[in-house]
Amino acid sequence: MTPDVRPLDYAAMAKEAGLTAFVVLMLAVVLVGLELRDVPGALALYTRVPDVVAACVIAFIGRIAVILLREGYRDAVMIGGGIASVILLIGLLPEVLFGTQTAVKIANRLMPFEAPVVRWCVFAAALILAARAAIGRRRLRVQDVNARVAAADRAGARMQHIARYAGPALGFAAVALPIVYGHDQQAMSVAILVMTYIMLGWGLNIVVGLAGLLDLGYVAFYAVGAYTFALLATTEGIEWSFWLCLPMAGALAGLVGVLLGFPVLRLRGDYLAIVTLGFGEIIRVVIQNWASFTKGPNGITGIPRPTLFGLSWEEEAPEGQTAFWQWFSNNLWPVEYSAAHEKIFLFYIILFLALIVNWFALRARKMPIGRAWEALREDEIACRSLGINPTNTKLTAFGCGAMFGGFAGAFFATSQGFVSPESFVFIESAIILAIVVLGGFGSQLGVVLAALLLIGLPEVFREVKDFRMLAFGLAMVAIMLWRPAGLLAHREPTVRLKTARAGAKP
Amino acid sequence: MQDSFSYFVNQLISGISLGFVYGLIAIGYTMVYGIVGMINFAHGEIFMIGAFVALIAYFIMEALGMGWVPVAILAMLLLSMLINAAYGWTLERVAYRPLRGSTRLAPLITAIGMSIFLQNYVQLLQGARPRPLKPLIPGGIELWTVKTPGDTDYTVQVSYMELMIIVITIVLMAVFTYVITQTSLGRAQRACEQDQKMASLLGINVHGTIAATFVIAAVLAAVAGLIYTLRYGSIDFFIGFLAGVKAFTAAVLGGIGSLPGAMLGGVLIGLIENFFAGYAEGGSEYKDVAVFTVLVVVLIFRPTGLLGKPDIEKV
Repeated sequence: MTPDVRPLDYAAMAKEAGLTAFVVLMLAVVLVGLELRDVPGALALYTRVPDVVAACVIAFIGRIAVILLREGYRDAVMIGGGIASVILLIGLLPEVLFGTQTAVKIANRLMPFEAPVVRWCVFAAALILAARAAIGRRRLRVQDVNARVAAADRAGARMQHIARYAGPALGFAAVALPIVYGHDQQAMSVAILVMTYIMLGWGLNIVVGLAGLLDLGYVAFYAVGAYTFALLATTEGIEWSFWLCLPMAGALAGLVGVLLGFPVLRLRGDYLAIVTLGFGEIIRVVIQNWASFTKGPNGITGIPRPTLFGLSWEEEAPEGQTAFWQWFSNNLWPVEYSAAHEKIFLFYIILFLALIVNWFALRARKMPIGRAWEALREDEIACRSLGINPTNTKLTAFGCGAMFGGFAGAFFATSQGFVSPESFVFIESAIILAIVVLGGFGSQLGVVLAALLLIGLPEVFREVKDFRMLAFGLAMVAIMLWRPAGLLAHREPTVRLKTARAGAKP
Repeated sequence: MQDSFSYFVNQLISGISLGFVYGLIAIGYTMVYGIVGMINFAHGEIFMIGAFVALIAYFIMEALGMGWVPVAILAMLLLSMLINAAYGWTLERVAYRPLRGSTRLAPLITAIGMSIFLQNYVQLLQGARPRPLKPLIPGGIELWTVKTPGDTDYTVQVSYMELMIIVITIVLMAVFTYVITQTSLGRAQRACEQDQKMASLLGINVHGTIAATFVIAAVLAAVAGLIYTLRYGSIDFFIGFLAGVKAFTAAVLGGIGSLPGAMLGGVLIGLIENFFAGYAEGGSEYKDVAVFTVLVVVLIFRPTGLLGKPDIEKV
């Protein structure tokens, strides 16, 4: 046994574990243990007693394992966790491999949960505990917040050095992605989605990360952009193309941002958050109910796809246009028609748009306006004393963020071919904000990482779609607890006073 | 044609009872904001869980053969309070306590994460479709009847349900005010609100006090959930979001950190919503817009809310 173990206080241990089990019982007994189900004519109670009992027992054992680990009994936890995970693996694997009735029955006996995913979660927990006991050199202790923030800051600082190379490398990887995965439409769809969120994250990063304004209604500008394009493109008599509408969408969203921002930007942090949330909801409700203009909850269909200098991506081009594959075959290289070409094209559009946002943010930080944003984030009163107009400065940040949101919205409309108010609910704002915060405010690379984690991973695991949003919420909590300042948070002063060091010398 | 005054009275009463629901949730927001300075975004979900537990409790009582309404409602109240207390405590312990002392945004993100988690958790366990409950307390006290030219008379009445909602809320508020102003827990809470470090130096268990605040907030939300279930007779896993946002609006409107303000804000929001839906043309679709517009206007002209203290920024 390792030398640094503490003697065990069995009574306290039982009390602590018992308390955990009791809380789990309280949490589970009604909501998990009972379910109201529809039976013809009424609702009937349906019970899930084994689930509740199993949850309590597992909570009790798990808590004891954590206590043992905390007190330094690594060997015991390692062996116990190891044995438990081996038993679980043997018990659960046949269910997945063979799926026979007996296998399911065995798995059920072992872990009486209705959902197989939960059984595997228990297995994962046992494995993690065992691994933690095996690897950990010291006693398990919960780091306090500052230690975790400092760890994130070190990681962020390291990343900032790597970013000089990793950034362009990731850019090239993105450019090259369609060459590898171009044939796979599913993969390209996921890539387009992730790219859209990266762009939105970068756009919001200007508002939240640089200017420090908490915006919970970013999706409003996304909606304005999407509907601007959708309406301009489908209204008879206008029918402008994507490339004509794109600047319009951005300009209009930016204008809406400035108009909305003007009265509210004087408010402080949390008030601003709730007002922007309110605006997001207002815009959605208006879109939903102003049916004569926006077609209401049914949405707008038949939004045209973008063209490449007038070349259509369809197999049979509409009148007056040429199909891309025909033009390409005639002029450069014979190709077959493929629907994948359009996806690849869309991917490059969003990549291009996202890189513009990124370039803008990086450049702005070196310009007076960007410096003013960052200064305002750090100390508003000091800024005011130095002659920076806080309202105007905030408005520019808000307007820029909104404009990029509008661009992304227009792209969203064209890539989906369909918009409806359902795409612009609050949860979208929350997801975008989560990407910015999890990435570490102001970190461009962090946004990419967070978007890949939050959007890309759940898309890959679409099979367990019932648990997707559940896992999404949990992941948000877990990442934030692990890295309270974001994944790649590192703040270094943008400008340093060069003479300070010289003056400090005697 | 209905008598416009009678219509007004009806709208007023139902607006107040709706406002009490918002007020009870708003107190949770404002208390938590006062003590830890964060928007507990998952509070709306706690309210939703309270509503579900209350609904399930009714069916338990019915299955046990104790469907007599007063007993059933008491059981619904107690069970949803108990379970919600556990959820409130766990929420604070798991998602907020580990982040104490970090940036302001970190707990907001975990709160949003917990909110998403709890919504989907209830959806998975209890199904996505709305769950109905038959009206438990029918009837009411008829105030007066208006003769109309047609065959139908228009009756102004306070339904027993609304009466009960108003009584429960007022009793609860009295108990709650007593706890905050007279007990040692209330004193500890107010001390933590002012200065956590100083409070802990004076021997107050700050973590415990904050946990107790979350538990109280969750218990009040459970009552709101029960009232909502009785009032609307149908709940689903998504009710927490809009009710939560409006309740937070109410807290801000009343002045965040102020307990009477939260109740006042709640009642005002309830009245605005009800009157807008009742009087404005197409109002029922745009009532949420009206609520948020009022919020924006109030914040522009009185940024600390109606009863909030102006806070002085120190440099």
